[in-house]
Amino acid sequence: MTWWSRPAADTQITHGSRLWLYVLSAIIMLLLVAPTLIVVPMSFSDSQYLEFPPSIWSLRWYEEYLGSAKWMRATATSFQVGFLTMLVATPLGIMAAYALFVSRHRATRAIFLLLITPMIVPVILIAIGTFYAYGRVGMNNTIAGLVLAHSALALPIAIIVITAGLRSYDLSQEQVARSLGATRTKAFFLITLPQIRFSVITAALLSFLTSFDEVIIAIFVSGGANATLTKHMFAALRDYIDPTIAAISTIMVILSSALLLLTQFLGSKGRGN
Amino acid sequence: MDSRLKLSFAVTDAPQGTTALPIEIRDLTKRYGSVYALNSVDLDVHSGEFLTLLGPSGSGKTTLLMAIAGFNRPDSGSIRFGEDEVILTPPHKREVGMVFQSYALFPHMNVAENIGFPLKLRGISGAERATRVEEALETIQLSGFGARNIDQLSGGQRQRVALARAFVFGPRILLMDEPLSALDKKLRERMQIELKHLHRKLGVTTVYVTHDQREALTMSDRIAVINDGELVQLDTPEVIYNSPANAFVADFIGESTMLPLTRDDAGALSFRGQKVGDAGTDQSKDWTLVVRPERLFFAGAGAETDDQTIVLKGVMREAVFQGESEMALVAIDDDTEVAVRFGTGGRASPAGGNTGDQVSIGLDRTDVIIIPGGQAA
Amino acid sequence: MARADADGSRSGRHLHEAALKRQHAREQWSILSLVVPATIVIVLIILIPLSWLFYLSFLGDNGGFSLENYHKMTQYKSYYRIFVTTFQVSILTTLACIALGYPLAFFLAQLPPRWAGVFMLAVLLPFWTSLLVRTYAWLVLLQKRGILNEFAMQVGLWETPIKLVHNMTGTLIGMAHIMLPFLILPLYNAMRKIDKDMMHAAANLGANPINAFWRVYFPLSLPGMVAGSLIVFVLCLGFYVTPAVLGGGRVIMVSNQITAILENQFDWGAASALGVVLLVATTFTLYVAARLFRFDAALFGRD
Ligand SMILES: Nc1ncnc2c1ncn2[C@@H]1O[C@H](COP(=O)(O)OP(=O)(O)OP(=O)(O)O)[C@@H](O)[C@H]1O
Ligand SMILES: [Mg+2]
Repeated sequence: MTWWSRPAADTQITHGSRLWLYVLSAIIMLLLVAPTLIVVPMSFSDSQYLEFPPSIWSLRWYEEYLGSAKWMRATATSFQVGFLTMLVATPLGIMAAYALFVSRHRATRAIFLLLITPMIVPVILIAIGTFYAYGRVGMNNTIAGLVLAHSALALPIAIIVITAGLRSYDLSQEQVARSLGATRTKAFFLITLPQIRFSVITAALLSFLTSFDEVIIAIFVSGGANATLTKHMFAALRDYIDPTIAAISTIMVILSSALLLLTQFLGSKGRGN
Repeated sequence: MDSRLKLSFAVTDAPQGTTALPIEIRDLTKRYGSVYALNSVDLDVHSGEFLTLLGPSGSGKTTLLMAIAGFNRPDSGSIRFGEDEVILTPPHKREVGMVFQSYALFPHMNVAENIGFPLKLRGISGAERATRVEEALETIQLSGFGARNIDQLSGGQRQRVALARAFVFGPRILLMDEPLSALDKKLRERMQIELKHLHRKLGVTTVYVTHDQREALTMSDRIAVINDGELVQLDTPEVIYNSPANAFVADFIGESTMLPLTRDDAGALSFRGQKVGDAGTDQSKDWTLVVRPERLFFAGAGAETDDQTIVLKGVMREAVFQGESEMALVAIDDDTEVAVRFGTGGRASPAGGNTGDQVSIGLDRTDVIIIPGGQAA
Repeated sequence: MARADADGSRSGRHLHEAALKRQHAREQWSILSLVVPATIVIVLIILIPLSWLFYLSFLGDNGGFSLENYHKMTQYKSYYRIFVTTFQVSILTTLACIALGYPLAFFLAQLPPRWAGVFMLAVLLPFWTSLLVRTYAWLVLLQKRGILNEFAMQVGLWETPIKLVHNMTGTLIGMAHIMLPFLILPLYNAMRKIDKDMMHAAANLGANPINAFWRVYFPLSLPGMVAGSLIVFVLCLGFYVTPAVLGGGRVIMVSNQITAILENQFDWGAASALGVVLLVATTFTLYVAARLFRFDAALFGRD
């Protein structure tokens, strides 16, 4: 029997009669991936107009990017804000997820719903709301203000990822540790935390990316010397197609792919033991 | 056998003077909503004894054990370890070793690190820790396994590591919640004996939870039977088996047939006109005769009730071969069947023989078990 | 189970009852106190600003309570068009995602887990990539002299470059691409949970593959599809970046209008009122869906 006529599933349908599904899936996967990756070769074009494939290869747009004080400044800001957001959202997310996971208090459900509202409320509302509120207290265009707002966006993601980690962990390990003489805090740090570490790392990376990629809030509450990369990119996109953006996009694609592969790798390791 | 006798034997056998402590539980109550998981439980666990909590699923065994360990806060009550009231003491200060059904070994530590964990917490470092871990490994017959990872161990080995981790720091009390239930039957039976040995060696007061009555009978110095959050009976396995306090215990422990008795004004209890016992001062109206299948035997065709034996007549319904023994069902009237167990070794083959035959079954008066109350629901 | 007697516990000695209660309360609070920092962030960034907007939306020109901001919405035709556009884009995007996402999720769910993990990267890569980058990529691909037009003309699909971007078409293409992972992930998870034995049984009972699919598989995958579609729909309602860039000013959704009002008229009342309507529409959709389908908090992802 060839692969072609072998059953493909429990319903005895053959691979042959499923061929259309394979072809269709391949096309859809191509559609998903190609647009993200196509900017990579384009960014190495020498032309003012984005060509594919480029007729002359060059690093011109990378030089443009690296040589621009504006872009460098914005890149630094984005990394700084992303990093600080990660440092705020991850521990706060761990604390909240753990408390909601072990507590049997009646209020936990309501608190959980409150903490995931940033996922439900349209971001434009958060953006104009914080813009208005920050205007009152003079926090617009500050790093602190942006970090705080981005932390609110990252918190629900961190909480959900860490809760998923706690779900697949046997909490009786923590109880054993306590019966063996560890305080609750010690048991958490010595036993629980090491075992949810992959979830924690994923939560941290996602928190960073959430901030780094965020556009709308940045448009409103960041500015001046503290404008983010995405804010400048968005402004550039609305007006004309600047090939420098292709270079920046390439860097961002490489960054997120690296982080994605890292979490996949950690995840498979986490499942391994 | 006197349980205290066994106890002193166990204590003198203890190696490095582990101080076993008695547990004194008073009025322990724990409610979940309107349900009493524990209803005013009083229980004394003697110093150094192996006490089993036995009861059906949902009876409150785990709740009681977790209350002793400090993970489950009761609504009210008192728990003393020796002289100390511990009801408000946090778990990490109770000095109680605990073994869970899931073992709960720490997967990010190897065997030695797992066992050394409680020692590390107590500031015992370097060489001494290594020695004590090595001793513990020897005790559980896993010398040389220290560097292994947890996922390189079999179920039985994991079980033993969990056990070593629970006793290595010399706890005054050892608690185990169905520690063997994840193992297959053969291994479980071997581990029962090993656990028993270990208990003798350590002499530590042990509270053990199981819902397997055979396991309880095999391992325990005493058994506490629990039902619906209440302590029903607390005694040695022999007494629990031979003199169950009520129909629930009689039904739950071992196999039994329950036969209703009638009580006359003088307090004499009889079954179908044959006197089987006395109610004494107990004024209960309903009484039940509990017959264990293995205590019944087939009497000769002409046998009659006398001073020593009670004889029941009936019809052989069915005989089922069960390996080391055979179980016969005898109908003594249209809706009452009595189970009779007899060995399959030549001598004791059924007097009645075939299905449909008239048979007489006998019960020694010394084997009569009478309990107040109706039959178990 | 032992029921509570009229007077509570049997003996009524209530040893240490008060102390245990106090200890219990203290422990509960010390655990719950761990959520305080996170809650403060949410209150500061979400709750207080939102309440402020809510308040502003009911503030009239004279500084007193008024419904004029909401009244305006019913008066002007332009508002009506914006709502229609928003729902149109959201619904069409959701449908496109279902059409593309279902076959792919099905394909992935049929693969052995190892291979599914590998192919899943095709879904996760765009999911993890900045949406601004993806929007930019489409802008480049779809422009007049972009790859798509060049390619189509070379193969002879059309003669002169077609306008694919700065309009509804471009917006829909971009949004469907961005939203697709949000539909596939929950749908795939639901499909993975469908019992293989069930399909086996259906086949053994004589259902042909197509029948077995529609009668057994499809209904079982429906909850995942509903959850995914809902996430997509709700995220679309509040979308801003993609219509702003790929719509070229011709596709104005609620979020874009809110920004426009603030940029051009600096009218906080009107912008807030529009925001409140958007929020109500979003919560209402989620509430109704939660009621109807009892889906879990599969709300996973980021805009
Ligand atoms: N956290 C809880 N919330 C509500 N009810 C509970 C909780 N824990 C236990 N119960 C109830 O308390 C009763 C006793 O439970 P427990 O776990 O002690 O039973 P068990 O004897 O250990 O049973 P098993 O043999 O099944 O382990 C049960 O009716 C159970 O449903
Ligand atoms: Mg239990």
